[in-house]
Amino acid sequence: MPATDLALTTGEHVPEPEPADRPGHARHLLRGLLRNPWLVLSVIWVGLVVVAAVEPSLFAPGDPLEVDTGARLQAPSLGHPFGTDRLGRDLFDETVHGTGRTLPAAALATAVGLGAGALLGLLAGFLRGIADLVIMRLVDVLLSIPGLLLALMLVAVLGKGDTADVGLAIGVAAIASTARVTRAEVLRVSASGFVEAARTGGARRTRVLLRHVLPNSMGPVWALTLLLFGEAVLGVTTLSFLGFGAQPPTPEWGSLVSSGRDFLGGAWWLSILPGTVVALTVLAANRVSRAFEDEGTGR
Amino acid sequence: MTNPRLLEVEDLVVRYRTRRSVVRAVESASFTVGEGETVAIVGESGSGKSTTAYALLGLLPRAAGVTGGRIAFDGRDLTALPERGWRELRGREIALIPQDPGTSLNPVQRVGAQVAEAVRLAGDADRGAARTRALGLLADAGLPDPEAQARRYPSELSGGMRQRVLIAIAIAARPRLIVADEPTSALDVTVQRRVLDHIGGLVRESGTGLLLITHDLGVAAERADRVLVMRSGAIVERGTPGEVLSDPRDPYTRSLIEAAPGLARTPRPRRVRLTAVPGGAPGDPFAVKPDALPDAVPDVVADGPVLRVEGLVKEFRAPRSSGTVRAVDDVSFAIPRGRTYGLVGESGSGKSTTARLILRLADPTAGRVFLGGEDITGSRGGAQRLLRRRMQIVHQNPFASLDPRRPIERIVTDPLASFGLGSRAQRRRRAAELVDLVALPSSVLRRRPAELSGGQRQRVAIARALVLNPELLVCDEPVSALDVSVQAQILDLLAALQAELGVSYLFISHDLAVVRHIADEVGVLSRGRLVESGPTEQIFAGARHAYTRELLDAIPGRR
Repeated sequence: MPATDLALTTGEHVPEPEPADRPGHARHLLRGLLRNPWLVLSVIWVGLVVVAAVEPSLFAPGDPLEVDTGARLQAPSLGHPFGTDRLGRDLFDETVHGTGRTLPAAALATAVGLGAGALLGLLAGFLRGIADLVIMRLVDVLLSIPGLLLALMLVAVLGKGDTADVGLAIGVAAIASTARVTRAEVLRVSASGFVEAARTGGARRTRVLLRHVLPNSMGPVWALTLLLFGEAVLGVTTLSFLGFGAQPPTPEWGSLVSSGRDFLGGAWWLSILPGTVVALTVLAANRVSRAFEDEGTGR
Repeated sequence: MTNPRLLEVEDLVVRYRTRRSVVRAVESASFTVGEGETVAIVGESGSGKSTTAYALLGLLPRAAGVTGGRIAFDGRDLTALPERGWRELRGREIALIPQDPGTSLNPVQRVGAQVAEAVRLAGDADRGAARTRALGLLADAGLPDPEAQARRYPSELSGGMRQRVLIAIAIAARPRLIVADEPTSALDVTVQRRVLDHIGGLVRESGTGLLLITHDLGVAAERADRVLVMRSGAIVERGTPGEVLSDPRDPYTRSLIEAAPGLARTPRPRRVRLTAVPGGAPGDPFAVKPDALPDAVPDVVADGPVLRVEGLVKEFRAPRSSGTVRAVDDVSFAIPRGRTYGLVGESGSGKSTTARLILRLADPTAGRVFLGGEDITGSRGGAQRLLRRRMQIVHQNPFASLDPRRPIERIVTDPLASFGLGSRAQRRRRAAELVDLVALPSSVLRRRPAELSGGQRQRVAIARALVLNPELLVCDEPVSALDVSVQAQILDLLAALQAELGVSYLFISHDLAVVRHIADEVGVLSRGRLVESGPTEQIFAGARHAYTRELLDAIPGRR
């Protein structure tokens, strides 16, 4: 912001910079959105999926568990947009109602991965020394095990096999990467001038950490949230595809894809259509996440 | 034989397109640069001087464009030159010495290789010949021991040495015109002088034209054959240095002359008078003063010095060896209450380390620090934290020292919140008071640092440092990151604040000219040792130590 220090001789008169134009900012944001149709579609899709998770009957008023043996394995049609499965249940209803299982599990996974990871990274980056060493070696161990394998092991240990366990397992597997990102940011911010200024201003360590380091290092971590969420959706469906988590007949995206597997030759829609929903959700989450990242880094 | 019109610029207009409007960065600028001639463009940030320079190199950013006028180089019209034509011209005929030696070199390549690359791009030298010539160029640019330095990486060189590497790259192709964009703004005055001497020598020997861009009229007047003063994109003044300095026609030029610290023969009269009187006791602005006199002038005589250091020593373990390096070597001085002590020296002379020792941010190897007669050398933990209420620091770089996410009000009151002083409403009032005291409009309270200019940010940093009513303010190069004109404002402000509040300053700078305008006493540090100390004017009138004289000579515009 140059040219605001033109007042030379008086020293007392400092011209004010132009006030930030808030409504203009909103309009600018709107125009930016319109120039990105894919981003708009992604936002809409994520929104629809979230609504479906909260209130599935809005889109699918029918009962997803209603068996109609007269209409088994029917191809997609106007009456059954996603077709029907081997018991004549409406696949669209099942998919929509499955959202209510998959999404909360993915959200739990994101919260665990983000919360625990950010906390560990923050402690490691701020305390340094022995705490840093111990935490980061643990993170290295976590990273050395493939995420899905780790999640499988955890679900096996947790045992009961409902969707919450699956979410927890996926979340733990995601801790390592969040911890690393957070630690790097905390290190960067801790070295900056305003942190030293806060220290010389007499702030205690906890105050410096909570008021100055934490808010300034969370930007990239927030951008990671939706990315992590997309990955968690994929992870949760993968685990339930493998038979963990929600058990049939409870509809869930992964188990829907799995149960359609045996009919791929004659009834392709049973796996392909729920699978497409999963893929679109992950892609949409990634696209929105990238938009946040661009915004965070000043485009 | 020499061409007096090597570069001709006529009615140059450059515009920036932003989202909402078009900014006229350069407005109808006309000038010429002849062979062997040095022309300086002077102006502050945003005056269009750098934009002009980049237009001459065809390096304007995408959003900017030359929308009018003509640039001719040796008779060729460059205005409509395609990118390919520019590539043949740039580096070979017109070279740039960039502003920031810290970021203008490739950090993962040895500097010798970077110069050799420039040689190879310039002509048809093969690898071996280019390497030999690169060594010669580094020597020409004034780098000592070029053979050894060429094998080093930029991070292993000091700022001055890096700037010389950039000069070597610029002269690699024996260009006919060199554009130097603030080549020494990031350097100490002594290094600045050596670098500018060297560029000047090269220009004289080879008959190269030099266009020197600077914000310091002192530098321009000392180095250039002709001076152009730019303001808001227009050239408002032109002439020889003598004409411009002795008979400035534009009021802006006059203010620039007054702002240039080195041009004044005597200390500038202090112009700022403050009216606001913040109350309270030292360390707690909300405490009720026992003797609340309406116009209580701080009691200068009664008390002893606010700060005294005795035989301060700080040793660091030397890298890659078992020995130690003495960064601070037996430094002793005292600061009387309400006065300013200027600590002057080059980068690496130990002045910032001294400040850190005084502020108890580091432990001295030997020596003692007394604050108001009390020995604080061994203070730790809670006691050390309480010291922050009595001494505060203003950092060099106002772009880094303010938390970017917090509004100014919260930044200013942060020390109050750290110590839990005052209610929310009291703090808010105190913030408004201080922002007013440092001559900022109250509307900045709700803004964030990114919305303020460098000078405004430094005012905020000063307000934050004063919020606790400290007895001692350590100013570590508080104006080095600012334009000369803004420097003058900040110095005036500091002086006025002292007159008003009776606060004492330890003022650290590499520039004696700056210190002169603020300090009552000056200490000169060289390699950790205090080589000379005394009242400011006495040092200026007759410096005894050779190093002090070198510092005095380095002040631009003094000769």
